Amino acid sequence: MTPARSGPTPVAPPDFGHRTVVLRTAGGRFSVRFGLRSALVTALLAAVALGLAIVALGIGEFTVSVPDVVSALLGHGTGAVHMVVVEWRLPRVLLALLLGAAMGLSGAIFQSLTRNALGSPDIIGFNTGAYTGALVVILLVQGSYLQTSLGALAGGLLTAALVYLFSYKKGIQGFRLIISGIAVSAMLASVNTWLILKASLEQAMSAAVWGAGTLNRVSWDHVLPVALSTLLLATVLLCFGKNLALLEMGDDAARALGVRLEVSRLVLVVAGVALTAMVTAAVGPIAFISLAAPQLARRLVRGPSVSLLPSAAMGAFLLVASDLVAQNAFAPTQLPVGVVTVSLGGCYLIWLLAREIRRK
Amino acid sequence: MPDASLLHSGTPAPASASQSGPAPSPPAGGRLRAAGLSLGYAGHLVSEGLDLVIPDGEFTVIVGPNACGKSTLLRALSRLLEPRSGKVLLDGKAISSLGAKEVARRLGLLPQTSLAPDGITVADLVARGRHPHQKFLRQWSVEDEAAVVRAMAATKVSPLSARLVDELSGGQRQRVWVSMVLAQETPLLLLDEPTTFLDIAHQIELMELFRQLNRQGNTLVAVLHDLNHACRYATHLVAMKDGDVVAQGRPQDVVTAELVEEVFGLPCVVIDDPVSHTPLVVPLGAYPAPGLARDA
Repeated sequence: MTPARSGPTPVAPPDFGHRTVVLRTAGGRFSVRFGLRSALVTALLAAVALGLAIVALGIGEFTVSVPDVVSALLGHGTGAVHMVVVEWRLPRVLLALLLGAAMGLSGAIFQSLTRNALGSPDIIGFNTGAYTGALVVILLVQGSYLQTSLGALAGGLLTAALVYLFSYKKGIQGFRLIISGIAVSAMLASVNTWLILKASLEQAMSAAVWGAGTLNRVSWDHVLPVALSTLLLATVLLCFGKNLALLEMGDDAARALGVRLEVSRLVLVVAGVALTAMVTAAVGPIAFISLAAPQLARRLVRGPSVSLLPSAAMGAFLLVASDLVAQNAFAPTQLPVGVVTVSLGGCYLIWLLAREIRRK
Repeated sequence: MPDASLLHSGTPAPASASQSGPAPSPPAGGRLRAAGLSLGYAGHLVSEGLDLVIPDGEFTVIVGPNACGKSTLLRALSRLLEPRSGKVLLDGKAISSLGAKEVARRLGLLPQTSLAPDGITVADLVARGRHPHQKFLRQWSVEDEAAVVRAMAATKVSPLSARLVDELSGGQRQRVWVSMVLAQETPLLLLDEPTTFLDIAHQIELMELFRQLNRQGNTLVAVLHDLNHACRYATHLVAMKDGDVVAQGRPQDVVTAELVEEVFGLPCVVIDDPVSHTPLVVPLGAYPAPGLARDA
């Protein structure tokens, strides 16, 4: 038997079962491979999200036509158009895109780590804890918007840490994380109710609005910190994204391939929590996008488990679409976007349940 | 028969690897060795002060009864389990001090249980075996592609390349996992009960593949529960009991009815396998030993 070790002889590439794109530089110093369908879905979702964003910039009490919106974005807008599109509406739309992507990524991370379609920051109690923190600030300190954000952040992070500690036993296990999250969530929800009952009507209303999650009060001041944080976390995920996929094969197999388990998991959990924290601090808790975006993206991509980029694109699309609905469905009344996402999320869960029942 | 000639070869096999040959020579130098290992899980100690050299170029098989510590030892050798004391040395350095990817380039492991992610195809799963060789900017080089093709050809899963792993039978899935480890192209291969879930034809097919890999110069260490497979394919057998190594050496020299009774508590007769001329363990069970006078 002569060894058929091929050097310069070209080998037929393996059939991956789906079309893949391989890019290589001549010297071999750079090479990358990705699924064609995944790339196309991401590009399509991003394009639709951007399209909706442009439409959203034109709709409102002061209607601006799409060509005018585009020229305003490019810097050629006149006085009123420029003010409405760029100064008032653009930060909101930009944040919808960025925060939606952040939620999609966060959901993808948690669902991959817990190996469970219900694993999302919502489930592990982060949002409830953030609401507790915000309520404490609103009711006890009568705090400003910034103070409420910080309170929410602190509450959310403490809750996440608590849930993590409860479920830690030589490493995180998906199921334990979810159960601990649900338990802590339930306890904090009752605390929240009690706090609201004790508050005055005004305070309670203000707390309720915050608790629903709204993009109504964002301005350009919010955009830079969110953009920077998203950039930072996206860079982290670029480095650790591959480990996320490898961790799904089980601890032994991942370690055998050279993945440093606890480091990877810690970085990924911290990144996931940080992404959610950023969203909650900026606009309050927005439910269901973290849960639904990765699964919907997965359904379109049809790849193994959840993937990061398509989830991000889907999250951006969902939030922009939800905000469009929130602003215009009952015009001139503006709904908090969180109400729309909860309604959509409810429909999604019902559909999921119906599908599962039909399958059995 | 699977064709291992397509695979990457390591160092040439030493002469002592042949089945029928001169008197047994002491184990060759070992890149992988255990020194004074104390191993255990929370609560109980499995092994204490265990020393073992894995000889280079040999197909070492570790056998023993349930809970004798053979899987624990393999896990410690592959760095999955941290020893309570003592060290595992790889190329002279403590394995815990080497980088994770560095170890993964020298040592491949087929674990007992692995989870295939939902919806992954065979080729994608095998391609993940290239991770230790990949860098941030070099995600899919020509070598990676060639290695995956070779690995799939060696285990004969190339026709299944585009199928979903979820849809395969237990035996096919196991061959895909073996493929993934082969794609890693390591000179040392650790296999934890690789033939579980396979029917006898596939078991033999896989063992023959491992034998070929060994003949090409790769060092293999396997934990097997089938003693006769171990006798037939191992070039170096290690028998364990209660966390200690009871005997080691060529199967022909080591496997006797007395040893099997001592280690497994199984009365048996050891004969010469007519096909491979290696020891064949035939359990007595309720039968009387052949050659004994019958009760009057």
